Amino acid sequence: MSPDIVLFAIVLVAAIAFFGWSCFRRFRLVTLGRPDNRFHDIGRRLGNTLLYAFGQRRVVSRPFGVNHLVLHWCFLILLAANTEFLLGGLFPDYISLSRLPDGAYHALAFIFDLVSILALLAVCAALIRRAAFTNPYIGGLSRDSVTILGLVAVLMVAFFGMHAGEIAQGSEAAARYMPVSGYVAAAFLAGIPAGSLAGLIGFFWWLHAVVLLTFLNYLPYSKHMHIMTAIPNCFFKSLVRVNTQPREEFKKGNIFGVGQIDQFTWKGLFDAYSCTECGRCSDACPATFTGKPLDPRLVIHDIKANLIANGPRLKRKVATVLPLIGNGQEREGSVAEEVIWECTTCGACLEVCPVFIEHFPRIIDMRRHLVEMQARFPEELITFFEHMEQRRNPWGIAPAERTKWTAEAEVSPFEAGTTEYLLFVGCAGAFDARNRRTTLALTRILSAAGVSWGILGRDEICCGDSLRRLGNEFVFDRMAEENVRMFAERGVKKVITQCPHCYSTLKNDYRQYGAELEVSHHTELINNLIKTGRLKLDKAGDPGKVVFHDSCYLGRYNGVYEAPREAIASVTGQRPVEMTRYRERSFCCGGGGGRMWLEERLGRHINVTRVEEALQAEPGTVCVCCPYCTTMFEDGLKDKGVEGSVRVLDLAEIVAGALK
Amino acid sequence: MLAVACVKQVPDTTQVKVDPVTGTLIREGVPFIINPFDTHALEESLRLKDRYGLRVVAISMGPPNTEVTLRKALALGADDTVLLSDRVFGGADTLATSMVLAEAIRRLAREEEVAVVLCGRQTIDGDTAQVGPGIATRLGYSQLTLVDRIEEMDLSAKQVRVRRKLRTRSEIVAAPLPAMIAVTREANRPRYPRVPMRLAAEDAVVTLWDNQEMKLDEETVGLKGSTTQVRRIFSPERAKGEILGDGLSNPEEAAQLLVGRLIEKGLLNL
Repeated sequence: MSPDIVLFAIVLVAAIAFFGWSCFRRFRLVTLGRPDNRFHDIGRRLGNTLLYAFGQRRVVSRPFGVNHLVLHWCFLILLAANTEFLLGGLFPDYISLSRLPDGAYHALAFIFDLVSILALLAVCAALIRRAAFTNPYIGGLSRDSVTILGLVAVLMVAFFGMHAGEIAQGSEAAARYMPVSGYVAAAFLAGIPAGSLAGLIGFFWWLHAVVLLTFLNYLPYSKHMHIMTAIPNCFFKSLVRVNTQPREEFKKGNIFGVGQIDQFTWKGLFDAYSCTECGRCSDACPATFTGKPLDPRLVIHDIKANLIANGPRLKRKVATVLPLIGNGQEREGSVAEEVIWECTTCGACLEVCPVFIEHFPRIIDMRRHLVEMQARFPEELITFFEHMEQRRNPWGIAPAERTKWTAEAEVSPFEAGTTEYLLFVGCAGAFDARNRRTTLALTRILSAAGVSWGILGRDEICCGDSLRRLGNEFVFDRMAEENVRMFAERGVKKVITQCPHCYSTLKNDYRQYGAELEVSHHTELINNLIKTGRLKLDKAGDPGKVVFHDSCYLGRYNGVYEAPREAIASVTGQRPVEMTRYRERSFCCGGGGGRMWLEERLGRHINVTRVEEALQAEPGTVCVCCPYCTTMFEDGLKDKGVEGSVRVLDLAEIVAGALK
Repeated sequence: MLAVACVKQVPDTTQVKVDPVTGTLIREGVPFIINPFDTHALEESLRLKDRYGLRVVAISMGPPNTEVTLRKALALGADDTVLLSDRVFGGADTLATSMVLAEAIRRLAREEEVAVVLCGRQTIDGDTAQVGPGIATRLGYSQLTLVDRIEEMDLSAKQVRVRRKLRTRSEIVAAPLPAMIAVTREANRPRYPRVPMRLAAEDAVVTLWDNQEMKLDEETVGLKGSTTQVRRIFSPERAKGEILGDGLSNPEEAAQLLVGRLIEKGLLNL
């Protein structure tokens, strides 16, 4: 039966025009963003697209992701079927599968039939999961998800209704190759008179057409926009690990940070359009997990809502209506100030996002605006900032005290040519009583292994990590320049750090300042010294059952997971016990991103939560490799009242305890 | 109308050591900071700018590098700065210092009426708390010290009402303008500079007034004008403290121990 072609042509043209207009309206707003070159290295980008978009590499890292993989491929295959359907509706005499050679026609009919039932089953599975086995982060049976799943289900039902009708009618030449439609025809349509069958086919045909075009037009207005954006977003993904922030140029007249939606880069805006609201970032976020108002998914959603609300006005150059950074009273589309300060920059959100949205860099953009343009931040930060500017360390301790710890160790100054490594002690390692013990343990190891090392002594200044993560780029910039200049003047090439924050800053951030340093975290160096036999261990210093905690800035930021585990195994004879969340999925101690210097006023304490997780493994020792983690864990253990039975030791202390 | 904020650049005293031979401060390599008390005076003047629209001029007497400190004042929001620098001003005690500062304020007042002069309670290097009162005396302004709150200022009636924080009580005092107000550290929480203001301050002009400009009698300023002389500087002997309840983990026990000892020493009466 042939539908009214003229009517269909009008509907089709109107639907496609509306869809095109919607897309234009949405996507032209992305051009408001600042430039960001994501077009270089096309080959690698195409590879990423294949692996992550078409291969759904990250989607399937969770069991139910397989269902999405099925739907995704069904969708891609049915894209061909639907194109044929729409064009066939317009030019029934020219475009039809049946005009293909028999082999191709039958094969396609078979594939489309099978894929359609797969899609229907996947949709049902998704609905059942949302209704019955949902986690809070998934969002349950939200209106958006039910609408789209419902539309897809109806589309499939219409597909089978249409083809089963044709099979029952005897007009489908490929009937033998369409098992599902054939089954529907036999089970439901046998014995229906020809006239009614024609009506039924017409009904399903129109249902299919209308639902398909509705689906198409619904996309730009829902989270299912990701169907159009997720694939390019995988193409535009950062080719390097996102472990640093871009520099700012401190020139008069420039704006610093992001206080208005068009100050993000275009990629930041495109990210917001790519979010599927799968909630995996919310599930991974330590702030969300401990009941704080920060939820990375909502930050991205608010950026999208803000762009849609303000974008058209910015295009017309009229004042915006919705603040990007709000006070928590606004409707969706504003990110509350308190939310912005809750982030530990642990990077768990980036690690799990299936479409490579960069969440926390957007938060740092907004912190920069608050600090640099508004001088607005939690009040405890003013002393931190002033200490950093005046005394070059977070505590504001007199720089002369930086070398106090050396009274208990044999230390020589770094001199290029004589000493191989600079030991960049770090502020915690130099000033904090607890972490000085780690420094001393490390120096014992270095001396035992015959490593040639020296320190900068009183001339060492803070690396500036917390400043940068807190958005005080201005002060960070000056300290980074000062450090890089000093390293160059002193001929520093190889650096050892005991703090993952110093490590990442020197290794990654300072590269933006032209410093090409060979930076080793002490865990890497110690493990190498053990492996090469330079460090002789005596297994007598057994620290009991060891649980290992991954530091975010060592693990997720720099991919160092194995070195500390291998080193522990060398001491204890076995690999450390893992917590529920470890390696890439490790859970922050709560001290990163400058949170070390902020009060934790909202929700449960992150460090206590992590300590509880560690205690489930009933350890004798929690092994850490970061001074912030040391402090956070010791505080957490005290909070739980178990500081007497469980110890927190830095890897250096464990290894030093086993030295011959 | 002007609010004049007096600021002093001081060595970061936590990093200063006394030369055991000469008895003077070793200043080499010690970074300079804005006197912490003066940051509160500057902040209070900026708040008066916000409240009453006063124009803020920050002034400082010191060596040429004091310019750095004045630029910080500009970055925080001061409208203008004047650096009072001349070799003959050097070595001044509080009397000679207040002579120069008072003359500078007099000169400013010729151009624009001065409503208030704000000073920090004291400096961390001299600790005398005399320069503010000295300025008030030389200028004949009302003298309000230990102020922790400016309640209200009436520019047309030329009145100011402040709260003074004394050891055992606070008092609300009204005084005619112009007035010298010396603020305590509790008066406010100083603001943090915004980056655009910092950048603007970096190449703003800092007005320099030397004695050719000021034309003060050289006998009244600097070392010559000083009536006091530093004979010796030394760190006072401090009795060594003791650690109570080292290793106690029960906070209640620790508190009890501490309170008990305080009562014993007559430092606490219950």
